[in-house]
Amino acid sequence: MRIVHSMLKDLVAIDDDFDAIADIITNVGLAVEDIHHVGGTVAGVITAKVLRTERHADAAKVHRVFVDAGDGIERHVWCGAFNMQPGDVIPLATPGTVMPDGRAIEPKPILGISSDGMLCSARELDMGDDHSGILILPADTPLGVPYGEALGLEKEVVYDIDVLRNRPDAYGHLGVARDVAAKLGISVTPAPVLPPSQAPVRSATVELVDGDRCPRFTSIVLSGVKVGPSPDWIARRLTASGMRPINNVVDVSNYVMLETNQPNHAYDFDTLGGGGFRVRLAREGETMISLDDSERTLTADDLLICDATDRPIGIAAIMGGQNTEISDTTTAIALESAWFEPAAIMRTVVRMGLRTEASARFERGMDTHGIERSTARFVELLRLTCPDLVVHEGAVDARAPQLPVPPVLRVRSARVGALLGTPFTAQQIRTLIEPIGFVCTEVGDDLDVQVPTWRPDCSGEVDLIEEVARLHGYDLLGKTVPKSTQPGGLSGVQQRRRRLRDVLLGLGLTEAMPHPFLTAGELEKAGLPAESVRLVNPLVVGDDMLRTSLRPGLLKAIAFNESHRRSGVALFEIGHVYPPSNDVLPAEYEALGIVIAGADAPAAVAVWRELAAAMGWGARLDQSNVPAGLHPARSATLSLGKDSIGVVGEVHPDVADAFDVSERLAVLELNLSVLLANEPKPAAWKPTSRFPSSDLDLAFMLPDSVTAEKLDKAIRQSTGNLLVDLTLFDVYRGTGLPEGTRSVAYRLRLQSLERTLADDDVAAVRAKVEAATKKMGAVLRG
Amino acid sequence: MIDQILAARNSALARLASATGSDAVRALELEVLGKKGSLTDLKAGLGRLATIDEKKQAGRALNEATTEVAGALAARLGEFRRAERAVQLEVERLDLTEVVRKPGRGHAHPVTQAWQRLEDVFVGLGFQVAEGPEVETDWYNFEALNMPANHPARSMHDTFYVDHGAPGSTVLRTHTSPVQIRVMQTIPPPIYMVMPGRVFRNETTDATHLAVFHQIEGLVIDRGITLADLAGTIEAFTKAFFGDGFTSRLRPSYFPFTEPSAEFDIRTPKGDWLELGGCGMVHPNVLRAGGIDPEEFSGFAFGFGIDRMAKERHSINDVREMYTNDIRFLEQF
Repeated sequence: MRIVHSMLKDLVAIDDDFDAIADIITNVGLAVEDIHHVGGTVAGVITAKVLRTERHADAAKVHRVFVDAGDGIERHVWCGAFNMQPGDVIPLATPGTVMPDGRAIEPKPILGISSDGMLCSARELDMGDDHSGILILPADTPLGVPYGEALGLEKEVVYDIDVLRNRPDAYGHLGVARDVAAKLGISVTPAPVLPPSQAPVRSATVELVDGDRCPRFTSIVLSGVKVGPSPDWIARRLTASGMRPINNVVDVSNYVMLETNQPNHAYDFDTLGGGGFRVRLAREGETMISLDDSERTLTADDLLICDATDRPIGIAAIMGGQNTEISDTTTAIALESAWFEPAAIMRTVVRMGLRTEASARFERGMDTHGIERSTARFVELLRLTCPDLVVHEGAVDARAPQLPVPPVLRVRSARVGALLGTPFTAQQIRTLIEPIGFVCTEVGDDLDVQVPTWRPDCSGEVDLIEEVARLHGYDLLGKTVPKSTQPGGLSGVQQRRRRLRDVLLGLGLTEAMPHPFLTAGELEKAGLPAESVRLVNPLVVGDDMLRTSLRPGLLKAIAFNESHRRSGVALFEIGHVYPPSNDVLPAEYEALGIVIAGADAPAAVAVWRELAAAMGWGARLDQSNVPAGLHPARSATLSLGKDSIGVVGEVHPDVADAFDVSERLAVLELNLSVLLANEPKPAAWKPTSRFPSSDLDLAFMLPDSVTAEKLDKAIRQSTGNLLVDLTLFDVYRGTGLPEGTRSVAYRLRLQSLERTLADDDVAAVRAKVEAATKKMGAVLRG
Repeated sequence: MIDQILAARNSALARLASATGSDAVRALELEVLGKKGSLTDLKAGLGRLATIDEKKQAGRALNEATTEVAGALAARLGEFRRAERAVQLEVERLDLTEVVRKPGRGHAHPVTQAWQRLEDVFVGLGFQVAEGPEVETDWYNFEALNMPANHPARSMHDTFYVDHGAPGSTVLRTHTSPVQIRVMQTIPPPIYMVMPGRVFRNETTDATHLAVFHQIEGLVIDRGITLADLAGTIEAFTKAFFGDGFTSRLRPSYFPFTEPSAEFDIRTPKGDWLELGGCGMVHPNVLRAGGIDPEEFSGFAFGFGIDRMAKERHSINDVREMYTNDIRFLEQF
């Protein structure tokens, strides 16, 4: 919202210390985000006369302009515009000038010749849209002076304010003025008084058909109107506010809205059918042409302003119609000011995608009694250009019972103190909030507070406690720290997640954060089931599937890196996935995904084993259950009881192809919501022996149908507690071995807690292992 | 006999003098003092001497010779060993800047690093950490937070709606605040909790805005909690996280779920103010939605972005850089 300093000054007696005013406005909660100086002069831009111009053989788009800034010194400027003649007075931005767009002027050399500044167009000086050439000033303009001074330009200072949702009143200068006045301990300028109405009676009648949607509608007829331009100061202030001046009637209408916050609409009274208004809901599919020349199709939930013949002449609270627009020949107007039900207006705005200055105000909630002040101000301002203006008798103020009545709220002083941490007496509270219109009655230590009609946001005690804090000043409420007896800390799951992440990083894996949305087809491309939860309103069309697996995102990341000549990239992600479910919410859980480019399945299994050992996890590796999208002969499901908790292995080569990845891809995915849920048992100490150990190397010929894991288990079971370590150190397939078998070599480290092992002990272990492994088809070699 | 001893000694010393390395010395030691060494052999001859005197003299001479030779051998061996070790050490000389690159440690995402640093600071201030789902019901994301259907403040949130359940019933959470309600429903006060997590806004991304980003939210609910406690907690956090030279302030603002509401800014040691996040006293309607009596307990909440912390810490000029998953980016942190 643009608050114009001069307009504010009309409402509250402030001085011109703009930064101080901005601070006051910010501190009452209407953050000033920027202060603009509109119009006036740009410091550093002075007037100068063109002496001569000169082309340079090597510069096609710029020429050299020599100017005199009144000091008799010839200055040289490179310029891209060619519209000046010797003798023209032009604005020269001297080096060091900061232009309104933030650009700083530097003596930038071209072709080795420096430039003593820049010649400016009108647009560059924020004086309009003209950028067709350099601004030529009147020939008699004095030289070497600020150009704005020479032109008699007046500056407007504008505060760019972030108006909060709970301050609908602050969309008008009046709302801001009330806060500023309260902070300064002064009053806002009293409302102007509507001049006495005159005969003859001229009424614009009002019929409220759907009064629940428009509980108040006023009309007043003004004649003696002469349409023409507005006074300069009104046009200037409107421009500074971001509105375009049109004519005196429309400008006053807009000006009054900006000042008082009350939107209004001036209809040409002579084109108003039946000489009156009818406020009703539209018929489904009814159309009308709005002021912006668009045909609008309406629904039965949209409110219309019609003339007395039921012809639509405006979409209530949003935009007037073309058919009753003010024209050059208008001499009498019917001024409408009303109060519309906000929620319904918002629905129409959203449906039509049409938000206007008026609708923005109505949908946030207007003052139910702001009409009187704004109507009086309208007449006061229009009289400046229409001295013969007549306010006719017969003004109408139609009301429906649904017009809200602001509440009286009980405010307990003790409660104010308890919430703010500083005690306040009823008297102190009263002193703070009465200046902004809250009327207080003391009830013992407490107050009954009548909420003003322009603060529809205040509906409970706590709203008023905020007003107290705001007007007292947040910075004066002190800083204390609550006395907590609660110990801080991470939960078990969070601690384990951190440990997991540390182990992953130690294993050389780097953390990626792919986008959690997938586009249609990406799950199938990864070989995964296509079912997923969809977004109703994606930001990018098609980017609407909530991921059910971290894998597609990681595969895209690997592909991106491979395409940028980074092979062997090892990535992990810890993040949520959102499989569909029939429950209240999707079956969201936290997952770990790992993809290692240039690595094969055993690398993935090695990572799994490392993680399982570090985290105290156990799971069954089931190679007979091939997970979707993975290499059918090099992948396994990891299960806990009946539940799958992850997959391990290698990405299917078809999937790698589909993602344009040429490397092998080791993959591991785990359900962390399950795995991190339980605290693993702490590792139990096993005593280490003082006696020497003996190593026994055994090689087996093993059919391919028997897993190493099975052999491993048999060795462990047959050796009992003498085995302290078992290492698979070689696997061999090929010459010398029957088809369908391989040789696997293990080193068994044997050790007793009680004695040094003799050769016989080792031989006995060998015999037991041989017997136990023979049963599964393993043949001990050598 | 004595002559033999002297001859053996002299021969040993002479050969020692001409030895060229530790191996030669060790070989000589074996030849002279080993089991069948020249001096060892003479020991056996002692018994064959005729008189006690002769035995005594020869014995003494043999002892002296053995001690002398052994000493000389040990001294020479030491010299050779030191010289040979010196040579070996020089031969082993390496240029330690010649390192062939091997796969090293992995890199935690900068956002994770910021997330953990924030958690750690709040844990130090006595907070626990809570989490919640990213896909939420409309009730948790809006209604329970004092934003019933058609509440104007809903338009401050550009919401992603999820096609799940009744139309409009499921959203991607627009803030971490729904976790506040989940915490209130499960943990009785006192509550001192921070809630980090991923959030979603349906808005066009640019250098400072993402549609998917991360927030951390704090919630304190206890007896007698005041706005001053909020200001003091923000101040304590500011100093703990940013450093001693930083201070903070609260400015009036508006959020539907807090009242009074505030923005909090931090002041750098250079004197610049930076807007950091929003905060306020938990609205009585929110406490009620969480099953807490607002007359008995009061509380405050605050929240701000995590991504921006990472962006500023590492001077990253565009937040979108952080989500390219480009290894050349990730490896920098």
